[in-house]
Amino acid sequence: MTMRIFIPRDAGAVAVGADDVALAFEQAAAAAGKPIEIVRTGSRGLYWLEPMVELATPNGRVAFGPVTPGDAPSLLGVMTSDGPHALRLGITDEIAWLKRQTRLTFARCGVVDPRSVDDYRAHGGYRGLERALGLTPDQILVDVTTSGLRGRGGAGFPTGIKWRTVAQASADRKYIVCNADEGDSGTFADRMIMEGDPLVVIEGMTIAGITVGATKGYIYIRSEYPHAVTAMNTAIAAAKQAGFLGSRIGGSAHCFDLEVRVGAGAYVCGEETSLLESLEGRRGIVRAKPPLPAHKGLFGRPSVINNVLSFAAIPFILDNGAKAYADFGMGRSRGTMPIQLAGNIKYGGLFEAAFGVTLGELVDEIGGGTLTGRPVRAVQVGGPLGAYFPRDLFDTPFDYEAFAARDGLIGHGGVVVFDDSVDMAKQARFAMEFCAVESCGKCTPCRIGSTRGVETIGKIINGERVAENLAVIEDLCNTMKFGSLCALGGFTPYPVMSALKHFREDFGPAPATLQAAE
Amino acid sequence: MHMARVEKLILRARMTSPYEPWDEARGAEIISEHAGLEGATLVILHALQEAFGYVPEPAIPMVAQALNLSRAEVHGVFTFYHDFRKRPAGRHVLKLCRAEACQAAGGDALAARAEARLGIPLGNTTADERVTLEPIYCLGLCATAPSAMLDGRLVGRLDEARIDALVAEAQR
Repeated sequence: MTMRIFIPRDAGAVAVGADDVALAFEQAAAAAGKPIEIVRTGSRGLYWLEPMVELATPNGRVAFGPVTPGDAPSLLGVMTSDGPHALRLGITDEIAWLKRQTRLTFARCGVVDPRSVDDYRAHGGYRGLERALGLTPDQILVDVTTSGLRGRGGAGFPTGIKWRTVAQASADRKYIVCNADEGDSGTFADRMIMEGDPLVVIEGMTIAGITVGATKGYIYIRSEYPHAVTAMNTAIAAAKQAGFLGSRIGGSAHCFDLEVRVGAGAYVCGEETSLLESLEGRRGIVRAKPPLPAHKGLFGRPSVINNVLSFAAIPFILDNGAKAYADFGMGRSRGTMPIQLAGNIKYGGLFEAAFGVTLGELVDEIGGGTLTGRPVRAVQVGGPLGAYFPRDLFDTPFDYEAFAARDGLIGHGGVVVFDDSVDMAKQARFAMEFCAVESCGKCTPCRIGSTRGVETIGKIINGERVAENLAVIEDLCNTMKFGSLCALGGFTPYPVMSALKHFREDFGPAPATLQAAE
Repeated sequence: MHMARVEKLILRARMTSPYEPWDEARGAEIISEHAGLEGATLVILHALQEAFGYVPEPAIPMVAQALNLSRAEVHGVFTFYHDFRKRPAGRHVLKLCRAEACQAAGGDALAARAEARLGIPLGNTTADERVTLEPIYCLGLCATAPSAMLDGRLVGRLDEARIDALVAEAQR
């Protein structure tokens, strides 16, 4: 009997040897004369176990990991006889780290062959679109609105309201734009879903298209993600072939086409108006709002622009109903958030959970603390523009409002863990450096403020007039926060001010000590 | 003797470089292939760089003419984005992720090690033009940090031995 073996093609798994493992299994199977079928999937998101290899059994898939090419012959033997092995992790779905999650958006990621429409449909794919095709745009909008889904890119704007605005606008053409410019360090959920279940993004965008009356969509993927670009293009071709893109989608009267566009290394293009400029072939300079992209977006036409994860949440909502999604979560944060645990962490990976899980649970229990084994000192949540949290704030629940109340943001759900060797003054300066390099240059607080910020924090690090320069930084951060045109300049103060507030000791002697010394 | 050596060098360059030498007709062909797309500028610049390894300066006015833009506008786009190169990179390009997740996992020391081994700071090419060492801000491999990319191949869980191996491979 042919054994079905699943090996990820996910970039994170490939980076730690998944391609070599796949090759080793082919060779070992040929040498042993055992027929096997290797299915290249996405990743399950348990990255400390990658490359994780799975075997289909009558009781479900059994996982092994982390596998090296040298393990292939012995694993093949164990797979045939169902014997014990040091790398055997048991039934995949029973692995505690996976079982504890609520996988709505990532249900198929790591399970299906991302290139196969048939496999996608066999696992519940395109049921959302099928239901949507039987509804009026208004009915779809009611579902999206009552699901409580808010933009997963970071801003948290209600998706239903955005879509309704575009649906109500009249124009000769409209666009659907997927923001896959996932530039935040510590985030990789967009990459994972594009590589592991690209059809769910395509289905979500298609539903958006028929809802608002758009027939063309663009997916803007950053150039740092070549594997995701290939995966999306392959899936788009497969969806076209199967009649789910192009004219007469799924046998209906609707048309919808998708095209991938690749960024060119500008972080600011993750900001939606800058992304639109870039898609139009210009410098990624931020636009002033209003007009909102929903009124005048891509090429001046009404456009829905959403993050990858927002589109990827839509098929579940249409398939299972708004209530099934809204039943998860807390307060005004409904549904689930794919949280990414990264940096110096023992069990790093993708953890999709209902809103409400606390930062402490995520870092200590689920993440297992640091990989180095040293104490956790700081956690940056929400990318380079997110605040640094100390242990004292580990009771903060993952929720848009709860993080905002503590001068932070959940952003795109990235959690980067640092141990006690971190120098927070250096991290604060890096935040300013990054802003200075990546600023589009349109507004003064961001363009000049970031450079002055680098210089001033440098002076503090060198011990030059510390108290005075700290006052300058605070003032500068206020100017950037309230005077910048977009989140790049506006949010760079979050990591800087949080580092100052919670890790004051890293910025030289405190003013009181300074006075006492004089 | 001298000519023979030059020819040998050119031959070697051709054998090892995956890129074509700049050629106006070929450039024009690439440009016209994409000029009909909506907002084609970035697509064309990417395609030119994919073919030639950089965006040759003579191509800029050609792109401008094809898209009915000013030369300044195309130059502005070309210089705004970090990806586009003014001149060819070294034979191998080693990109080290320098963003926060990789910093948290010891990336600073590894970047310094690579710089020391190659004798150049990040953002430079070795004198023998073999290796270009560049920072990259996030490869999305943040749970297997620190990470790097050598000529498009991804490597995660970097440590001293792995970074040394990557540097040695790039120098070959």
